[in-house]
Amino acid sequence: MGAEEKAHHAVCPGKKHNLEEIREKLASEDGPRYWRSLEELAGDPAFQEQVKREFPRGASEWLEGFSRRGFLQLMGASLALAGLTSCTKQPLEPIVPYVKQPEEMVPGRPLFFATAMEMGGHARPLLVESHMGRPTKVEGNPDHPASLGGSDIFSQASVLELYDPDRSPAVAYQGEIRSYAAFLGAMQSQLAAQRLAQGAGLRFLTRTVVSPTLGDQLKTALQVFPKAKWHQYEAANRDNARAGAMMAFGEPLETQYRLAEADVILSLDADFLYPTFPGAVRYARDWASRRRPESSRAMSRLYVAETTYTATGGKADHRLPLRQMELEQFARAVAQGVGVNAAGATAKGMAGTWLPALVKDLQQHKGNCVVIPGEYQPPVMHALAHAMNAALGNVGRTVFYTEAVAANPVDQNQSVSELVEDMKAGQVQVLVILGGNPVYDTPAELGFGLIMKEKVPLRVHHGLYQDETAQFCQWHINAAHYLEAWGDTRAYDGTATIVQPLIAPLYNGKTDTEVLAIFTGQGETKAYDIVRAYWQRQLQKQAPATPAARGKGKAAPPPAVDFEGFWRPAVHDGFISGTAFQPRQAQLKSIDFGPGPQGSPPALEINFRPDPSVFDGRFSNNAWLQELPKPVNKLTWDNGLLVGVETARQMGLKVNDVVELKIGNRTQQAAVWVQAGQPANVVTGFLGYGRRFAGRTGTGFGFDLYRIRTMKEPWSTAVEMRKTGDTYLLASTQGQQSMDTQLGTRDLVISATASEYGKDPGIILRHHETPAKDETLYYNYEYKSYAWGMSIDLSACVGCNACILACQSENNIAVVGKDQVNKGRHMHWIRVDTYYEGDRDNPKAYFQPVPCMQCENAPCEYVCPVGATVHSSEGLNDMVYNRCVGTRYCSNNCPYKVRRFNFMLWQDWNTPQFKMMRNPEVSVRSRGVMEKCTYCVQRITQARIDSEREDRKVREADLLTACQQACPADAIVFGDLNNAENRVSKLKSTARNYGLLADLNTRPRTTYLAAINNPNPELPAPAEQN
Amino acid sequence: MAQIFHRSTNTISRFTIFGTLVVTAVGLWAALQLERSPYTTFAGVARPQPVPFSHAHHVGGLGIDCRYCHTSVEVSSFAGIPPTKTCMNCHSQIWTNAPMLEPVRQSFQTGRSLVWSRVNDLPDFVYFDHSIHINKGVGCDTCHGPVDRMPLMYNYASLQMEWCLDCHRRPEKYLRPRDQVFNMRYQQPKEFQPVEFNGKKYTDQDALGRELVKAYHLRTVEDITSCNTCHR
Amino acid sequence: MEQKDRVEEISVRHGRPPVMAPGYTFATITDKISSIVLTRPVSLGWLMGVGFASLWAFILLFAVSYLFYQGVGIWGVNIPIGWGFAIVSFVWWVGIGHAGTLISAILLLLRQSWRNSINRFAEAMTLFAVACAGMFPILHLGRPWLAYWLFPYPNTMNVWPQFRSPLVWDVFAVSTYFTVSALFWYQGLIPDLATLRDRAVNRYARTIYGFLAMGWRGSARHWKRYHTAYLLLAGLATPLVLSVHTVVSFDFTIAVVPGWHSTIFPPFFVAGAIYSGFAMVLILAIPIRHFYGLEDFVTIRHLENSGMIMLATGLIVAYGYIMEPFMAWLGGNKYDLYQFWDRAHGPYWWVFLSLITMNVVIPQLLWIPKMRRKPGWLFLISLDVLIGMWIERFVIVVISLHRDFLTSSWGMYYPTRWDWFTLLGTVGFFFMCMLLFLRVLPMISIFELRELLPEAEVKVES
Repeated sequence: MGAEEKAHHAVCPGKKHNLEEIREKLASEDGPRYWRSLEELAGDPAFQEQVKREFPRGASEWLEGFSRRGFLQLMGASLALAGLTSCTKQPLEPIVPYVKQPEEMVPGRPLFFATAMEMGGHARPLLVESHMGRPTKVEGNPDHPASLGGSDIFSQASVLELYDPDRSPAVAYQGEIRSYAAFLGAMQSQLAAQRLAQGAGLRFLTRTVVSPTLGDQLKTALQVFPKAKWHQYEAANRDNARAGAMMAFGEPLETQYRLAEADVILSLDADFLYPTFPGAVRYARDWASRRRPESSRAMSRLYVAETTYTATGGKADHRLPLRQMELEQFARAVAQGVGVNAAGATAKGMAGTWLPALVKDLQQHKGNCVVIPGEYQPPVMHALAHAMNAALGNVGRTVFYTEAVAANPVDQNQSVSELVEDMKAGQVQVLVILGGNPVYDTPAELGFGLIMKEKVPLRVHHGLYQDETAQFCQWHINAAHYLEAWGDTRAYDGTATIVQPLIAPLYNGKTDTEVLAIFTGQGETKAYDIVRAYWQRQLQKQAPATPAARGKGKAAPPPAVDFEGFWRPAVHDGFISGTAFQPRQAQLKSIDFGPGPQGSPPALEINFRPDPSVFDGRFSNNAWLQELPKPVNKLTWDNGLLVGVETARQMGLKVNDVVELKIGNRTQQAAVWVQAGQPANVVTGFLGYGRRFAGRTGTGFGFDLYRIRTMKEPWSTAVEMRKTGDTYLLASTQGQQSMDTQLGTRDLVISATASEYGKDPGIILRHHETPAKDETLYYNYEYKSYAWGMSIDLSACVGCNACILACQSENNIAVVGKDQVNKGRHMHWIRVDTYYEGDRDNPKAYFQPVPCMQCENAPCEYVCPVGATVHSSEGLNDMVYNRCVGTRYCSNNCPYKVRRFNFMLWQDWNTPQFKMMRNPEVSVRSRGVMEKCTYCVQRITQARIDSEREDRKVREADLLTACQQACPADAIVFGDLNNAENRVSKLKSTARNYGLLADLNTRPRTTYLAAINNPNPELPAPAEQN
Repeated sequence: MAQIFHRSTNTISRFTIFGTLVVTAVGLWAALQLERSPYTTFAGVARPQPVPFSHAHHVGGLGIDCRYCHTSVEVSSFAGIPPTKTCMNCHSQIWTNAPMLEPVRQSFQTGRSLVWSRVNDLPDFVYFDHSIHINKGVGCDTCHGPVDRMPLMYNYASLQMEWCLDCHRRPEKYLRPRDQVFNMRYQQPKEFQPVEFNGKKYTDQDALGRELVKAYHLRTVEDITSCNTCHR
Repeated sequence: MEQKDRVEEISVRHGRPPVMAPGYTFATITDKISSIVLTRPVSLGWLMGVGFASLWAFILLFAVSYLFYQGVGIWGVNIPIGWGFAIVSFVWWVGIGHAGTLISAILLLLRQSWRNSINRFAEAMTLFAVACAGMFPILHLGRPWLAYWLFPYPNTMNVWPQFRSPLVWDVFAVSTYFTVSALFWYQGLIPDLATLRDRAVNRYARTIYGFLAMGWRGSARHWKRYHTAYLLLAGLATPLVLSVHTVVSFDFTIAVVPGWHSTIFPPFFVAGAIYSGFAMVLILAIPIRHFYGLEDFVTIRHLENSGMIMLATGLIVAYGYIMEPFMAWLGGNKYDLYQFWDRAHGPYWWVFLSLITMNVVIPQLLWIPKMRRKPGWLFLISLDVLIGMWIERFVIVVISLHRDFLTSSWGMYYPTRWDWFTLLGTVGFFFMCMLLFLRVLPMISIFELRELLPEAEVKVES
């Protein structure tokens, strides 16, 4: 029926292969290649669909993993109702002890190690849980200023990346496996040649280098090879921020914000609460700390003017959707308002209404406000922001400038363009690509791949995957994952962090430092020694060598200071205390902001943004991130092209329509997602999809927009759009994104303005009449020992999804694949519902994380025929998988629909890597079993047992649920309701506390704190603006 | 006309009618017995091991304490299987070339682990924690039986859910003073053989049990029979 | 008995056809019916019928095998719609079963002599329908091989079923129902089996029928005990007619789901069951009497009575349809209100519309006596009702689930080919059993038909 046809469409989005394309590709191929067919070569979606269907299993309903014999056998036996094995006989299992047991290790108890994950030019400090030497769970490092315990989706998902079976398993030459020694041998001759030429033909291409050691190594390499060049490129680079800083200060300064001090925040297209933004994890914490009416300090106010709907935009008290040109004009207007001399200011329509109120608000909070420019805004916008912050006296109070976090900040677009020029000119003999995937993520106009292939004799690629770039290089060195590697890096605030491995490299991959060692004359050195050596040097630089110290006579060179004394705590804490950059006195130059945007805006413009889940494409093969519903629109597995409601109507576009985008002479298809709150005549396309060599999970989803992206206008440019008439199924996890039904609105997310709430706190509960305790026919449980409960603050929640992935990782939650998501069978135990309020052209968004409510009057419990979901003495709705027969009655009867069912065998039982990845404390659910949030009962049990051994009660600090621990905004609080001193009890006693659907008398243990907004009284309220 | 059936058919038919009932009844009963029998539970069945390690000799004979090998039993869910190193502590001095111990020496030299076969094996969906049982006064032999008299290790109990529940529903039936937990020869209090606890002598288990439940702050039966105690 | 006679006379005088065409004797009745089984050659039509039906039965086997191989994921079920075709069809089949028991038991107790000529195959119908129904609750489980956990039995886990769950009640209700119906049907057969035994020429046939007849000799003693037992069973079966579907309706009423949580369900379900049951009786009776030339035994009178019962129960069902939204409105519960708004205006409006048309509008034709007496029309109307009742269960199960409390969690249900195979497969299986039954057993109760003859009066009296 309907669905099947739709699904069928999904299978073939009707892209004919283009012979030209294939020929071109073939021309560019040589030697043994990985491609399996012309279709794959041409990146044919139909083929990619097949590839996708290989994994995750159960993605298709017909003949998945289907053996005809097995089936026929079963068919015979089927009337006998498949194996009536009441005798559950335990198989004979081996048990394998250590030969020599590590001292600190207690079998059966996890250990935690501090490390850090680098991404997009800064590090995320982490604390990683290890079970018997297997890293299984990533948390934020609570001691680190950049995390304070919070974490984000990318670091949470990195565990899956580590164990990804598609990771490159070996060094390869022309696609054939070689030893690392072989590679070293091959390089020797090359290097000899280069030495003579002083490295004239040698080029390094890296991503943004943050690691002090790596930076230092590269500098050394450039000393060894004076004529060699080091280029940096990342698709989602920070060129604009850098250029902006250059405009304003003449040097590439880093900007930091202290949002805890900010009363008024103006975001100019900055998604600063979402983890793709440097420091977002910390910013979310600081920002949320000012959004709680209970706190002593007044609530802050957030204005967001943006060109596409972001999570931050959803949290705004006032959100202003503008197209790029209008945004800049508006920024200039605001700048003028606060006394910055910038021409070209205009603010029409809504912006006009905003301007006076906003300016006034900023003026009134001089020194306590902040203007944050978007990462993807042109340099002048950054410059304007710097000027405004200066004019408003924010510098040194809410805004700080430090030296750059990157080891050597350069204009990356320019840098890579130069490289391409050199390659064209045939000046490049040896190209060493350390990390990164330029063949895929450089704009197609550069033609990086083909040029490199034709002009560069020796191409070396170092990376986690045999990706598009690896296909174009002779040598591929499989990289070590950061959880396998020694290294160092810096957080957004400059704090230096030691990266320590949690496990020996699974495929003995090499770190970038190790590869680079070849060029610095360090030969085949271990990353550990390289990093130690570097910091030893640093230490000596700091402390002048004293002859007294020589006595110690440790390993040569004799350390001038007690190195171990420095190293051990650094490794243990996960960061080197006191290395955070000190604020700089930044002298604002007199800036020429230029005349501002002239003429009229293009008929239609496109914004390019890195994808919220797979970023620039580097996480494409990470099934957790792929299946993670993207903030606001809840899309999974694809990059939908966001089109505004009005624009869609004018162009006659519906969701799933395939359009053709044309920039210059390049075209690319994309599937439409109609997005409320998207500015008119602006479409937003997300980068990082349409991968062709990502691996089984990532290959073939979505559309590759790098093909039409340009170097000149990488983030926003004019575009022509044409409806093709084809359709392409986009899978979203949420049915309806509004609380309105045709018969009135439902009070699912309750919100109020700060002033309303201040006047009358009772306003929240007025929405709900909760039945009295005795209004039930069922037994009222008493909870003598503990009564676990959770409180979720809808004011604080920034919709960053960290909780979802934390839960997925902690509880061994399976991935089901796009088809199944589309059928409504995704497995996330906690989801973040997004609801729009008000006008479709600029609605206010609310984020509502929904885990199991652990009802005291649970509708699920009394309908289960086998007692597989039962009430625990502490008020949990225990879910006993091994007792479940799978009637799905509990799910039908769950008003919150938080139960998830294994309709087929989702779990991958065979891949050994996944066995290592799973949390041994949680059952792995198999086919036909219901599952749901358990409040991380494994953690509860552990904490309880530990406390009982010490004959005391569980302390609040001992027990965090995975979602709570990950939440950067501290929006989720969990604890024992029988203890009035606990934070959770206090929160639940506030007037903001309400139970979702409490009128059903389910008595949810998970309750919400109503969302309080702080709109400017001088502006129309978010709901009825426009 | 001729009879189709012989007279005997009457008796036969009567017999079959009741016969079927009996057969089904017996069949079901047999199934239940089978489910509880060592055939399914392995109770009392010794497993093949790389080295015929004798608890009888080491514990009963030499009187080595359980914790010498099972080091983490008091602090972790997992009691711990001794690393080869532990064996070699002694066997680098004594029985240094007993052929029986060849695999141990092998393992120690090559660094390759000994592969024992699990004896007390719970299903993977059951989460048992040794430390808490030890700390609440459940003796080793309460579950593991007379290990000090086992030349080859076998599991003593059926390890079936009903067996677990038997204690979780009435813990006082089995508890003993903490200091007796590792005593393999401990006897429950009897008239002629009292057990001392907190300076008081107890002559019957119920009294002692109730006292221990109080003293060790055992969680209520309701608590320890909640599903999440063992399943998650 | 005279009085019964008079009723008969009056009704015939008032232009209503007789229960049985005149001019039959014990012998002729017996000949006519037993010949169908014993002497009549296998007709091509029958063969084709069985062939087609068993083809679908085989498809069912195939679908079920694949189901066990892959899991319920091959169906359209999802979150929020956890129950789909399986439960819809389960309720539907159980409902169909009811007519049989009603006819054989209740009408017996009410001394409705006309039931004598249709109760036999109606009971067979019940049996096969319940057999079909019984499959679904097992098939729809995530782990069907553990279905026996719903039975309370002493186990090593020391746990029992959860007796607050209606699904456990179902297990008992349905299994009891099946057992009683089977016994009732079989006991009814015994005297006729004996007849067949005595008349069979083929040796094997004689042995088999003889074995099944359990040595019935038709002595007065036999008859006396027989009648007592028969009445007792009828007494047992009667409450079941009401209880079974009441319990089935609890599956829904017990839940909090808007559109399920309704006190009207039990009577409403029972009425619906009988409604669809009689539809099925007619769908069977009309072709049978036509092809086997039994117009004299299954007369227009039977068809008309069935038609009237359908009309009556249909009206009760219609009343239910009106009451549900009314109650929602009266109660003012916003979720219930939306549920009924959604049925008529939501994405499934066309399903709801066809439901009303098929179950409420069209059956009103039965007010017209002509319609009730024209087998062709009656057949069509019954077909319509049968499908209508299936749709009703679809509306209740699927539409109620697809939009409940949280707007974020609303969903749609799209049946897959496997849903259809399973549903149609059971239909095939049902007709296969039915056709086989027609061939090997007397489809009309010979001895009960005899009782209708004036000659029988005295006998029964004693």
